[in-house]
Amino acid sequence: MMKKIILGLFTLASVMMIVACSSDDNDSGNSVNDGFDRSAMLSNWANNIIIPVYEDLDTKLEAMVAQKNIFIAEPNTSNLENMRTSWKEAYKVWQHAEMFNVGIAENTNYIFQMNVYPTNTVDIQQNIDNQNYDLASVNNNDAVGFPALDYMLYGLGDSDVEILEFYSTSADSNNYKTYLSDLTDRMESLTQAILDDWKNAYRDSFVNNTDNSATGSINLVVNDFIFYYEKGFRANKFGIPAGNFSPNPLPDRVEAFYAGDFSKTLALEAVDAIKNFFNGRAYVGGNEGRSLDDYLDFLNTIKDGEDLSTLINNQFVAAENKINTLNDSFAEQVENNSVAMTETFDIIQLGVVFLKVDMLQALDISVDYVDADGD
Amino acid sequence: MLNHFKSYLHKQVSAAPLAVFRIGFGLMMFISIIRFWSYGWIEKLYLNPKFHFSYYGFEWVKPLGDWTYLIFIICGISALFVALGLKYRLSIVLFFLSFTYIEFMDKTTYLNHYYFISLVSFLMIFLPANAFYSIDNIIRKKQYALIPKWTIDTIKLMLAIVYFYAGLAKLNSDWLFKAMPLKIWLPSKYDLPLIGGNLMHQEWFHYVMSWSGMLYDLMIPFLLLYKRTRIFAFILVVFFHIFTRVLFPIGMFPYIMIIGSLIFFDAEVHHKIINFIKKMLQLFNIEPKGVKTEAYLKSRQKPVILVLVIFFVIQIILPFRYVLYPSELFWREEGYRFSWRVMLMEKRGYANFKVVNPEKETYFYVDNSDFLSSFQEKQMSTQPDFILEYAHYLGDHFKSQGHQPIEIYVESYVALNGRRSQPYIDPGVDLLKQYESFKSKTWILPFKDDIKGL
Repeated sequence: MMKKIILGLFTLASVMMIVACSSDDNDSGNSVNDGFDRSAMLSNWANNIIIPVYEDLDTKLEAMVAQKNIFIAEPNTSNLENMRTSWKEAYKVWQHAEMFNVGIAENTNYIFQMNVYPTNTVDIQQNIDNQNYDLASVNNNDAVGFPALDYMLYGLGDSDVEILEFYSTSADSNNYKTYLSDLTDRMESLTQAILDDWKNAYRDSFVNNTDNSATGSINLVVNDFIFYYEKGFRANKFGIPAGNFSPNPLPDRVEAFYAGDFSKTLALEAVDAIKNFFNGRAYVGGNEGRSLDDYLDFLNTIKDGEDLSTLINNQFVAAENKINTLNDSFAEQVENNSVAMTETFDIIQLGVVFLKVDMLQALDISVDYVDADGD
Repeated sequence: MLNHFKSYLHKQVSAAPLAVFRIGFGLMMFISIIRFWSYGWIEKLYLNPKFHFSYYGFEWVKPLGDWTYLIFIICGISALFVALGLKYRLSIVLFFLSFTYIEFMDKTTYLNHYYFISLVSFLMIFLPANAFYSIDNIIRKKQYALIPKWTIDTIKLMLAIVYFYAGLAKLNSDWLFKAMPLKIWLPSKYDLPLIGGNLMHQEWFHYVMSWSGMLYDLMIPFLLLYKRTRIFAFILVVFFHIFTRVLFPIGMFPYIMIIGSLIFFDAEVHHKIINFIKKMLQLFNIEPKGVKTEAYLKSRQKPVILVLVIFFVIQIILPFRYVLYPSELFWREEGYRFSWRVMLMEKRGYANFKVVNPEKETYFYVDNSDFLSSFQEKQMSTQPDFILEYAHYLGDHFKSQGHQPIEIYVESYVALNGRRSQPYIDPGVDLLKQYESFKSKTWILPFKDDIKGL
């Protein structure tokens, strides 16, 4: 009798152990059928948002490389202007890409090579003078990407004539041309590599990895999204220049500082990207597919709780409306009336609470992945 | 009554159950320490963070840099010695001290089951757990087949308190009538094999789990106590703990409870276990000889019993200390710890600290990741005592950087058991003017709902 019971217990225990162990694996994703198709959400993100964004970005960066080639062959006012326009077009698309830090984007430190600002003009100048640099180096993160180009295209001198002198008549004009060229080429090649990866192996592994684990695609992207909203969007674009993290406002910390009147355009583009992702709106065409709003609605039918997706969408709209009232140049806005800037920050901040507290609670996704034991 | 108690104290039973418990407990602790170390948690939890959250009155307990490893070595070796019954009394004292020191280094890592281990090891200091089948027996060339019954019963009582109070804590409206927080946690286990896709999102399943969890905790001590239901109860114990292990990251705890529950079985079962271990050891030609069996001497029993009576009175009262504080316990967490309140809350928060210079009327916000690990930040943002301690740390830090005069405020939001996030701490209170004490914290904003129950 006793032996049978013990045998039974062992069998039970080992079955449970197998379940326990295999639940740590990543291969169980496809069989889930609880009423919400997570795979469909991931493929919407991949097919209709992430890949089209990278495609567009790659196209815009190729155009920028072409303009750059024309410009360094013949540095004149109209070629400079064309180069600037292509930079602006690419920078706008970048706002849709910055939140996705998965796959080789994460492995290659892509985001930190594309948009770290304020750019470090001393480092840039040194690189130009020495002609000996590794643009991939962490030390050069603040001397590359869109912010470095911002300086190279708008910040070298006070007027276009002065700027053009660096590329034409100055003694080391070749150095300037080379650095401008290397910066631009690198941005394009980095993006190309990521796009290729997404179009080949990565897309499928991304879509199939529906686990709720630290390495599951949903968890990775949601954490990236929230990190971007809090850091890349809230702090970098608004909080830091408005002086929310320092005793005084810092107008020179705005995005696209040298271009001047471009920071608001970029911020509005970013709000758009945030709204599109949250609602699963296709980058091309704008059709809505599955995304976090639907996932929250689905979980809400289980929980019978607050209508979180509406609350969050309302907060995004409130932020957008407030940004629309700001000066085209955030630097001027901070200098003239930094209060309007901090007010914008506060509205965005409430969104952080909704995303980080309410949404993560509903999704039961961990924000930190501390693998310590729980109670 | 008193006579009953006195004759109870003289009752003697086989020493085998306590010996088996000692071996199981020691081995489990030894494995736990190795597991903790191998996961790199010593660095991650105790060495990497710049700042550690202390228990009130125990601010002097801190990680000791590289010497922290030594504490873990002492803890691991003493656990192994406990299992072997080698220099038992010294080992269990060292284990209790080192383990409790580790737990007190940073309350970020507080877990009820760590508290449980501290309590059991304290209890074991006073128990003759090396009376039988221990290396001490071989050294002293004597062993005791019988020990006072109460010594084994204290362990049973401790286990019963843990379960029963965990059950009492589940008697609240969120757990029973909203199936919270399981309603949040279970659907996110959609990726479990077999049961993930079809069971975890079903509402009835959330209620079944909530109610059966409550009934299990309240009834299991009694089911284990009565001989007729004992085997059934033990099957339940194994099933319940393994199942919770499948669902939640709870480390070694389920295995410790399963092994611990064996103590409810009769001596006969424990003799079988010891015989099994003996057989295994015989394979290695380990067979001690010349150990005489003697009658257990009841010297110094009175002071020990007094200590243990006080210990258990405290154990029974302490979880109810929350009644001295205003409600809501889950929201304010005054009297929440050390009360066997396990898995009752899904609580998330966000705390944004504001450093103000009142003279210049300037302020700036703090980036918490500059000072805290993400685990610390997570714990800090939902618990008022953490928020206060962190505010004072920030105050000291920024003062030392020359920011003066200085005030620190917090804008914080907390969501509890699926409710929408609400403001948590009064954003108009300068936390540097508030101090930790056992008094209720007046600067916690009221909870805009009602959770009924214990």
